[in-house]
Amino acid sequence: MKGRSIGSQLFASVLINAIYPMQNFPIMLVNSLLGPFAFLIVINFVSHGALLGVAIEGAFVMTMVSSGLALQGDLAHLKNDMKFQDMIVSSPTSAFIYIFGMAASELLYFLPNFILLSILLILFVPLTSLAAFTVVTVMVIMFIFSISLSFLLSTISVDVIQSWAFTGLVSTLLSTIPPVYYPITYIPLPWQYIAYISPTTYAAQIAQAAAGFITITPLNFALDWIVLVGASIAMVLIAIKKVRWREP
Amino acid sequence: MQEQTGRLVCRDVGKVYSTGTVALSKVNIDIPTKGIFALIGRNGAGKTTLVRILATELMSSSGTALINGADVIKDPKKVREFIAVVPQESRLLMWTTPRQMIVAYLLYRGFSYVNAKNRAAEVLKTVNIGKYADVQSQHLSGGTKRKALIATVLASEASMLFLDEPTTGLDPISRAELWNLLNKLKKDHFIFLTTHYLEEAERLADQIGIIENGKLLNIGTLDELRAHVKYDFSLTIFDNKARIKPRAGRIVTGLDGNRQILTTQKEANRIAKELIRKGTRFSTSPVSLEQIFYFIVKRSINEETEEKDEW
Repeated sequence: MKGRSIGSQLFASVLINAIYPMQNFPIMLVNSLLGPFAFLIVINFVSHGALLGVAIEGAFVMTMVSSGLALQGDLAHLKNDMKFQDMIVSSPTSAFIYIFGMAASELLYFLPNFILLSILLILFVPLTSLAAFTVVTVMVIMFIFSISLSFLLSTISVDVIQSWAFTGLVSTLLSTIPPVYYPITYIPLPWQYIAYISPTTYAAQIAQAAAGFITITPLNFALDWIVLVGASIAMVLIAIKKVRWREP
Repeated sequence: MQEQTGRLVCRDVGKVYSTGTVALSKVNIDIPTKGIFALIGRNGAGKTTLVRILATELMSSSGTALINGADVIKDPKKVREFIAVVPQESRLLMWTTPRQMIVAYLLYRGFSYVNAKNRAAEVLKTVNIGKYADVQSQHLSGGTKRKALIATVLASEASMLFLDEPTTGLDPISRAELWNLLNKLKKDHFIFLTTHYLEEAERLADQIGIIENGKLLNIGTLDELRAHVKYDFSLTIFDNKARIKPRAGRIVTGLDGNRQILTTQKEANRIAKELIRKGTRFSTSPVSLEQIFYFIVKRSINEETEEKDEW
């Protein structure tokens, strides 16, 4: 077939990994909503509303990270359990188009989450245009980081049990350790160093500073950006280099 | 290597996995890309590894492979334009219907959404599962799921289909239905089929390859393979007490535990008359693919272990 449509190939992933599952198993939508919102509600109650703004921003960042991480499980399932990826490897679709389409499908899957959080953000977090742009940029970078990591892990995993282990490990690193729903100053000092292992900590810190929830020096702000962007570029490069589309 | 259109050519294809396991060793194939080619072998013989290399899913460790002149190793993009694969143990996605699965697969192959929907409707009828087109796959029988998977790759523009053990686990009726379908498809597709159901290969294949322990032992039509066995007729005797001494040929224990006499057609006729006279139950037929497979594989094992060939 001449002139294959990349748009069609991208849409195929969105159908397979978002529209068809949501259409046939609507309960999945409820599940996608619950994760980041549950923690937001808890933080809001515990802080008597004082940390609501930070927690909404945190939920936004976490939704981005979660949608990226969900990709790992989905890809591993399609590859190892259904052997679906093998069918696509042997087709004219490239690895890049496949992963890009799958990433888009995760965003669509979490779309209700984004809409609700956007409404909350507008209502409870007064952001200037520059701050809003900063927050969106941070989220996009975190998404790129997490999908690169997810794709890398999914191609390495050979069984769904292994992929669950990867998900648990990465979730701990990217969502449990970092202080996303509250400022890092809430963590006792020696433990703060552990939080800085995770790129999500830098992302959350930039978003919190941009919204005025915390104050950091320009040097620290710049360092946060350097670490976040550097880690993301490194992860993309590692994923490109190590990824296994056609198995060695 | 010279470009060869209309042929599948493998030269010394080998595969050693990172664990050190030798999965394929110097596989050589040169067959026309028309009809059905069946690769038969025991579990772990190397069938799936070879299919995955030819289907551009897996890199080989050595050798070269060309399909219709396109280099499988160096130019997988070109090969992917005209092949489609149903991998071993692949499943219809549980959260899709057959129609949705086909439409999505065709989109991956670059069809427009409208063309994909039209083509899906067409192929679902061809494969005779039109009434299940919109039933979620978790509610479908194993046979219908398999047909839907074959319909998925069939709907594409691919002229060459790799089907890795497509009938494994199916009941005899579903299997027979799939055989009928494959027989229809082979008119305008090349089908590379792997199976360990020898009857399937015997019924469907124009060419058969026998693989054992990563080595392609023989390749050819059923008659060509039959020529590898010294005797072309077999009698199976169901009465262990019956005393028969063939003038030509030999007595062996078959795969089912019954005594078998492998002999010439003339001698088989003579023994048959004698068995009828004695009232002994028996059956006679040309040597089957199962017997040929058993003979060729056994000979290979014996060569490796330096045991005497009992056939």
